Amino acid sequence: MIEARGLSKRFGAVTALRELSFCAADSRITGLLGPNGAGKSTTLRILQTLITADAGEALIDGQSTLADALAARARIGVLPHSAAIYAGLTARENIIYFGRLCGLSRAAAAARATTLIAQLDIGDIADRRAKGFSQGQRLKTALARAMVHEPRNLMLDEPTNGLDVPSVRMLRALLSQLRDAGHCILFSSHVMHEVASLCDDIVVIASGRVVASGTPEALLAQTGAADLEDAFVQLTADSGGVA
Amino acid sequence: MNALLTVFAKEFFENLRDRRTLLTTLLLGPVFMPLMFSFMTRTIINRAMDGSDQPVTVATINAAAAPNLREHLAAHGVTLRDFNGDAAAARTAVSGGGEKLVLEIPQDHAERIKDGDAAPVLMYLDSSNMDKRGQIERVEKLLQEWSRNIAMQRLVLRGIDPRILSPMPLQQIDVSTPAGRSVLLLGMLSFFMVVSMFASGIGVAIDGTAGERERGSLEALLTLPVPREALLGGKLLATAAFMSIALVLTTTALNVVLGRIGLEQLGMSANLSSTTGIAMAAILLPLVPVGAGLLTLVACFARSIREAQAWVGMVQLVPTMPLAFVTMLNPTPGPLLMCVPSLSQHLLIMKLLRAEALAPLDILLSVGSSLLIATLLIGVAMRLYRRESLLG
Repeated sequence: MIEARGLSKRFGAVTALRELSFCAADSRITGLLGPNGAGKSTTLRILQTLITADAGEALIDGQSTLADALAARARIGVLPHSAAIYAGLTARENIIYFGRLCGLSRAAAAARATTLIAQLDIGDIADRRAKGFSQGQRLKTALARAMVHEPRNLMLDEPTNGLDVPSVRMLRALLSQLRDAGHCILFSSHVMHEVASLCDDIVVIASGRVVASGTPEALLAQTGAADLEDAFVQLTADSGGVA
Repeated sequence: MNALLTVFAKEFFENLRDRRTLLTTLLLGPVFMPLMFSFMTRTIINRAMDGSDQPVTVATINAAAAPNLREHLAAHGVTLRDFNGDAAAARTAVSGGGEKLVLEIPQDHAERIKDGDAAPVLMYLDSSNMDKRGQIERVEKLLQEWSRNIAMQRLVLRGIDPRILSPMPLQQIDVSTPAGRSVLLLGMLSFFMVVSMFASGIGVAIDGTAGERERGSLEALLTLPVPREALLGGKLLATAAFMSIALVLTTTALNVVLGRIGLEQLGMSANLSSTTGIAMAAILLPLVPVGAGLLTLVACFARSIREAQAWVGMVQLVPTMPLAFVTMLNPTPGPLLMCVPSLSQHLLIMKLLRAEALAPLDILLSVGSSLLIATLLIGVAMRLYRRESLLG
């Protein structure tokens, strides 16, 4: 479970977040939806303990990240916006490297890498150096890397950016599978239909605030819009955001 | 600790795998530097040897007008040959580089000598051309010697003691030992070693910090349950490892090169054995964490690879500045200078090459001050690596 409680953050004169609160439950895929510059990446970075909020707190599985950032990090797997992998290492080595850093033994990391390579169907590229990987191959490797320590919570920052249709479908299937296994999945996007086709819950943020949240059906009911895209535009327009 | 070693192993092997990094870090410095050093030393030796004993032939206008001078020069290995042309032709020949030196004996030379007048001899030379400088200086010395001979003869003819010409004879007593003389030349040695060592760390230091950030792999790394100190520690260790390897390779290469250079030809000898080589590397070893800390600090501070490269280019001069200072001022080694990293190592290496005993206090100060400064630099780098804006 991932929870944000009254998060506020300023960068100099710019206010990025204003008392932002939401909760992403286990066994659910929660979409963090908002126009560019709404504060999605800042929110995720606070939840990932990369930066600290000026006010409010983030909780992972009910534990505050402020108390023990390392313990919180051990419970999350992260696919950042620029999920670059090490070009000089093979896909397998990339996964094992992160596994070792998460405290797995050499043997355990290697075994976990083999499992993930099978799960993500990247056996053909597993022992090739990552230099020259396609966008999809890079994403799959980065995703495997993020899941190497079997975290209960998974955060993905705009994971479908630049992916082709088969890769998006693969990602969708994988995330559904993880959700059914009880994981909490939080992912950010600015593409409405992507969120609609994948998410159980949607949190719409604009100008650093949550402007609406709930299931896709609830959002439609709340705005009275014909489809989710209209609902999104309507919700974010009030805050000055542009979809 | 485990995480630190994992980061170290990954950084070390990833860099080792990259052929281009390998080329710049482990080949360019450790091989190219000693070659350059050997070339420079060779050139200096050749220049010094040049003209000291080989016979020289000098083109001369109207050589026949000064038979006695010709004999005097010939007795010292300098032969005069006729130059076909006038003063203008001599100028052209020298400025064009065809001749290094042309002498001109004026037509009335013999007559003026006979009359006891001043009888000038003209030397056409190009002082901006360093080639054959030794030979030209030798000819000039012989000419002056001949001039003094004539002066003495004239004084004797007039019944005056020729000693009146040298009221204050200068006598130089050179107490330098052959090993001491070669130190002048070998003073450059520690400079080459330090530059090569630093050059090897640059790529790794930038790649692991500014490079990782620019390529976008940093964010994922920082979300792992590992303290940032352990991450940076591993990266520092990888930089230090490359610098240490470069240090050992450079020292070995320099030892091999210096053994073949022929310092004896200059009346020099240096205390160069494999033991000295090991001692030199050991003296420079505490400079490794200073360098790794400095390079990493700068690379952490920079916002991009380009910026890091620009900064590091300047920072690389820092360890060579004390060496420039010591060459210009030639200070006496004291406890204070032994506290300056790079300088203290240079002074210790010079003592080693002069076959002098090293004072334990000097070693202690050199090692201690270097490690202290390394700790400070690494501490600041850690602080920079902890700040929020690291991700940009």
